[in-house]
Amino acid sequence: MEALLALAKTFLLTIRDVLPIAAILFGFQVFVLRRPIPHLRRVLVGFAFVLIGLALFLEGLEEALFPLGRLMAEQLTHPALIGGVSAAETLTWGDYYWVYLFAAAIGFSTTVAEPALIAVAMKAHSVSGGTVGVWGLRVAVAIGVAIGIALGAFRIVTGTPLHWYIISGYILVMIQTLFAPRMIIALAFDSGGVTTSTVTVPLVAALGLGLASAIPGRSPILDGFGLIAFASLFPMMTVMAYAQISEWRARRHVRKSHQD
Amino acid sequence: MKKLILDMFRSVRESVRDLMPIIVVVAFFQLVVLQQPLPNLGKILYGTVMVVLGLTFFIRGLEMGLFPIGETMAHGFARKGSLFWLLLFAFALGFSTTVAEPALIAIADEAAKVAADGGMIENTDASRQGYAFGLRLTVALSVGAAIVLGVIRIIKGWPIQWFILGGYIGVVVMTVFAPPEIIGIAYDSGGVTTSTVTVPLVTALGVGLASSIKGRNPMIDGFGLIAFASLTPMIFVMGYGMVI
Repeated sequence: MEALLALAKTFLLTIRDVLPIAAILFGFQVFVLRRPIPHLRRVLVGFAFVLIGLALFLEGLEEALFPLGRLMAEQLTHPALIGGVSAAETLTWGDYYWVYLFAAAIGFSTTVAEPALIAVAMKAHSVSGGTVGVWGLRVAVAIGVAIGIALGAFRIVTGTPLHWYIISGYILVMIQTLFAPRMIIALAFDSGGVTTSTVTVPLVAALGLGLASAIPGRSPILDGFGLIAFASLFPMMTVMAYAQISEWRARRHVRKSHQD
Repeated sequence: MKKLILDMFRSVRESVRDLMPIIVVVAFFQLVVLQQPLPNLGKILYGTVMVVLGLTFFIRGLEMGLFPIGETMAHGFARKGSLFWLLLFAFALGFSTTVAEPALIAIADEAAKVAADGGMIENTDASRQGYAFGLRLTVALSVGAAIVLGVIRIIKGWPIQWFILGGYIGVVVMTVFAPPEIIGIAYDSGGVTTSTVTVPLVTALGVGLASSIKGRNPMIDGFGLIAFASLTPMIFVMGYGMVI
């Protein structure tokens, strides 16, 4: 009964979040474009599916994944696990290897399950005529998030300023833009923004705040934030790299078949 | 009927595959690294089943509802040929989807606490709430403006990298002048503005526009709206931190 109530509440909250969007869509369609929506029934069923899906998804995450993930982030950053009996002050950044591994693993796995990324990958696949693979793009983005979160955890441990990382990242992205295939550039920039939504943000935020409060000398306010910024920066690089590698392989393939 | 069931079965299997990495990671760290049993196994199984079902329904609904309506409207606006209504629609979409975004509400409250602790505003409930609401409004305005700018870019076919470069320079310049307490929050706010419902809609709008305007390539010109929507909030939030 309790579970049912919780589900109903999530469902209502989801409706509240989606309602303004639906109002704008249908308002403009009816009053400005003044055209009937083709396959209206199908579209409405689709909207209902999106609502039901989101509510179930969020409630399931809240029931199963988030409490466990938050608990694990807390335990993994606890000095007792990292240093055994030694005091937290004597630990160096190298002692936190489980934290980096956890950061990378949780970044990768939550990104693969991110619904917004699945949507963009499906669209990119159909628009590119199959050149951009759904699975390839998602794995490329997930690797980027994994690198980003692990590096972000390293930054919190060492206490180095956030903006130096971000600015160097920006410079790298800009240099890569000069060499990447033109068709991937906009998609690569987009993939920075889609990685961080429903699944990734709560877990990653818990990891950052847990880490910042467990390490002596870090303040959760000054150092706990910033992991999400890392998670949106690195996918741009990995997606462009993915395109560069596929282009290079395709070219080599063509050359090979010419020789035969 | 048989086809429908088979279809549904395949989607469920795909959702399970999407969630497999999380299950493996959580199990490995819990059992091998932390060496603790999984608490509330029944609850976890129940939650996992819901997540799988939820993902399946969401993807289905995406293909049936969100993608088609985004594209239909993009074609509709292109046919109507009124720039004013298109831009108004773009702004409304960006603003309305952001202002009520739960992740943004959470981050705005956090920022208000930071500002009160740092002595930038009075440490009362009223001033904190006012600060948080102002921040939400700022971010929502910035996302609305970003979508408008992005739509203009698609229509004109301007290369995206110049805009991104300009945005990056803006972020870097603002970082120099903004109070240090706001920087982490500002950088994170770029990531939280794009929600699960907004992304498919905005993507479909961009791609739909680019494919209905002559001379635009949906792959080169159609994407990029989300990139704009995650870049502008960083600049605006730091600006807000400086002004207040």
